[in-house]
Amino acid sequence: MSEDYKKYEYDVIVIGAGGAGLRAAIEAARSGAKTAIITKSLLGKAHTVMAEGGCAAALQNADPRDGWKVHFHDTMKGSKWLANWQMAEYHAKEAPDRVRELEQWGAVFDRTPKNLINQRNFGGHTFPRLAHVGDATGLELIRTLQERGIHEGIDIFMEYTVRHLLKEGDRVTGCVAYTRVDGDFHAFSAKSVVLATGGITRCWSVCSGSWEYTGDGHALALWAGAELRDMEFIQFHPTGMVWPPSVRGILVTEGVRGEGGRLTNSEGERFMFDYVPEMFAGDHAETIEESDQWVEEVVSGKIATVRRPPELLTRDVVSKAINSEVKAGRGSPHGGAFLDISHRGEEAILKKLPSMHHQFKELAGVDISKEPMEVGPTAHYVMGGVLVDAETQETTVKGLYACGEAASGLHGANRLGGNSLSDLIVFGKRAGEFSAARAKNLAQPTIDDSQVQEAIRIMLEPFNHEGGENPGLIYDEMRDMMQAKVGIIRTESELSEALDDLKEFEKRRKICYPGSSRKYNSGWHQALDLKNMVDISYVATLAAITREESRGGHTRDDFPVPEDEYWGKTLNIIWMEDGEIKIRQEPVEEMREDLAKVIKEVKEIIAERAAEAGGED
Amino acid sequence: MSLKGRKQDFLITRGEGESSEMEDYEIELDEGMVVLDCVHKIQYEQEPDLAVRWNCKAGKCGSCSAEINGKPRLMCMTRMSDVVAETPEGQPIEIRPMKAFPHIKDLVTDVSWNYEMAQKIKPINGPKEMNWEFNQMEADRVQQFRECIECFLCVNTCHVLRDHAQFDDFAGPRNLVRLAQYEMHPLDLEDRVPEIKKEFGVEYCNITRCCTEVCPAGIQITDDAIIQLKERVVDRYYDPLQRIWRTLTRKKVRY
Repeated sequence: MSEDYKKYEYDVIVIGAGGAGLRAAIEAARSGAKTAIITKSLLGKAHTVMAEGGCAAALQNADPRDGWKVHFHDTMKGSKWLANWQMAEYHAKEAPDRVRELEQWGAVFDRTPKNLINQRNFGGHTFPRLAHVGDATGLELIRTLQERGIHEGIDIFMEYTVRHLLKEGDRVTGCVAYTRVDGDFHAFSAKSVVLATGGITRCWSVCSGSWEYTGDGHALALWAGAELRDMEFIQFHPTGMVWPPSVRGILVTEGVRGEGGRLTNSEGERFMFDYVPEMFAGDHAETIEESDQWVEEVVSGKIATVRRPPELLTRDVVSKAINSEVKAGRGSPHGGAFLDISHRGEEAILKKLPSMHHQFKELAGVDISKEPMEVGPTAHYVMGGVLVDAETQETTVKGLYACGEAASGLHGANRLGGNSLSDLIVFGKRAGEFSAARAKNLAQPTIDDSQVQEAIRIMLEPFNHEGGENPGLIYDEMRDMMQAKVGIIRTESELSEALDDLKEFEKRRKICYPGSSRKYNSGWHQALDLKNMVDISYVATLAAITREESRGGHTRDDFPVPEDEYWGKTLNIIWMEDGEIKIRQEPVEEMREDLAKVIKEVKEIIAERAAEAGGED
Repeated sequence: MSLKGRKQDFLITRGEGESSEMEDYEIELDEGMVVLDCVHKIQYEQEPDLAVRWNCKAGKCGSCSAEINGKPRLMCMTRMSDVVAETPEGQPIEIRPMKAFPHIKDLVTDVSWNYEMAQKIKPINGPKEMNWEFNQMEADRVQQFRECIECFLCVNTCHVLRDHAQFDDFAGPRNLVRLAQYEMHPLDLEDRVPEIKKEFGVEYCNITRCCTEVCPAGIQITDDAIIQLKERVVDRYYDPLQRIWRTLTRKKVRY
């Protein structure tokens, strides 16, 4: 039986309305392309609002010793040298202008005493680099782009969920979506499609992600024949809430540590001093006194003269440290660590960390200006994603672009805090620009009815299984399984069990029943989301079982150390062929000579700039 | 008070528009739950097609607005311990959709009016040069307004809209906050006072402060945004000295 659907024609379709999607759409529309955004939520609700700490850009407002070279170096080092160096270069060079542009579009960042955009310290960033608004920087970013975007002539389809990419030969020519409100169907012809759908962390039960983080773009790309990379690298943010159970996983910004927050175990020890990896040896304070001096200097607006506290090591390191402390029996009452910022006093906390104060007070009954928080690791970000060209953000399928968390390359094995918001605006802009440029030379593709009908048939499939399981139960169980077997610390046996379990979840998913109504049926939406989640969990697990070493956001108990000879120079690439998920390895491209020099020179540059800045003052 | 193991009754709006009814549900509570957890539990265990709009479950996106025991609140930030305490023993907890907006289904309403209104507001218009300079005190005034999470609880509560349905003539508290955010931006050069008076109908607000009371972001909507906008309108249209000055200089009045 053939289903009715509405048809539309656009030059550029952007799927997703978070920071990357909005920035891409703005750029595409400004380039003259007829542009639409399709978002499965209301405008301004995307996961970007959850970003707290800030947006990394070497503006040099807070410390003149910073610059694109240092940012480039920090990003590459944080990625454990697996990032695409070309992307890291674009990112470091372009982020400052993208941030200043936000200000012209209405963003009101916190200020320096010299009336410029202020910048805060974050893990892995050599200098204070994060433009921020208290601890709600993501909200500022999305609202700014939203308020700019609605005046750019972009058509916005809210609460439409894309389930299928249309193809003609080897290129993408549009997409098919259902509406959440009515459950009816819509087919879009597009010369270029940009995936800006965010991440996959809803596949884990303890996560900081909103419901949307079900890997839609990752799955759409996989199904359309595009390649994914780095899918084994999942960032477990060290500080999520751990109590009460219903809020477990909600993010506690790294800004708490940037503002001087101290991590302690149940014995009151500042345990991070014992977890400095060799790679960062000598970069961080070795005594509590040195740490305290750094905090004192930084919060009073001075340039730091001593090394930063070890609490500001990269996220992978801090997560594993908390995990180890808990395992050693030195955890907090609910299985985390203590994070204390109360020494900064109520006034500073209310100014710099207002939403953390609110969050703990409202949800946990804890006043963080008087008592420590309990925190523990939470699945926060996927470094992996759709493989894209560094310059254009085009995927390995023509006409299909990806940006933001859905894309990959910038973060390698570990992302630095603050580098995601800058990623969104730098590569969102590029995706918009190049997708629009491609559209200029193409005729409008025709919508292939048979593909649309097949996509609709798959979407309606769950309604055929009356008496089947509630999709919500499968969803919960699958997330618990991923948490238990594909978590922070992984082993071959558990990973291979997870692959088998996922095959079982796939069987259960196929016969679940969400009730009969197509109108705003949360269960139906969940039943469809499960298809991506099972496939993408499989991808992440397959990549994890293949990489026999520990690096960044991938830690193997059976291979506990980095193996630099082979895996230090190798990427996992995943794709789908005839419905089967496949994996292969590719060598990391050798860094361009001038950039390799930059890395070597950065430490000298830092020293020289410090001397220059000293002279000016 | 631990809620673990307690059996709790709920009455939740089910169905669409006029034909919707309150339905009974019972679930067992767990430690530290918020109202949205309970709605999800009912959805997962009893009614898969229960419609509820939510995103972040952390009070940052403003999607899960509803009326809990008649009070407009975010379901994700309302703790069950508080709701149980305020509900008379033996009574069910009532969860209804926001009343001021067209009903879609169950707990979901159509809030698109807010977006249409936002579209009519002129965006920021500041200097073309990069590196804008203004100080933290100037930023502070505007940053409060930018903490809005667009939950539209203020709009839902405002009697101009909820009881008198002045949707054509009044922008509603959320969009007045947006106007204030632009008007008080230290470097904005746009003039929005004429439409604040006419299209956006700031004078409809009679300062009952209901919107401020329900704002989960704690924005002083009435005092810091709406009254400031009202003052701009008064200065422009009802202050004779200002009128003469404006006619003579043909300048936008800066505040």
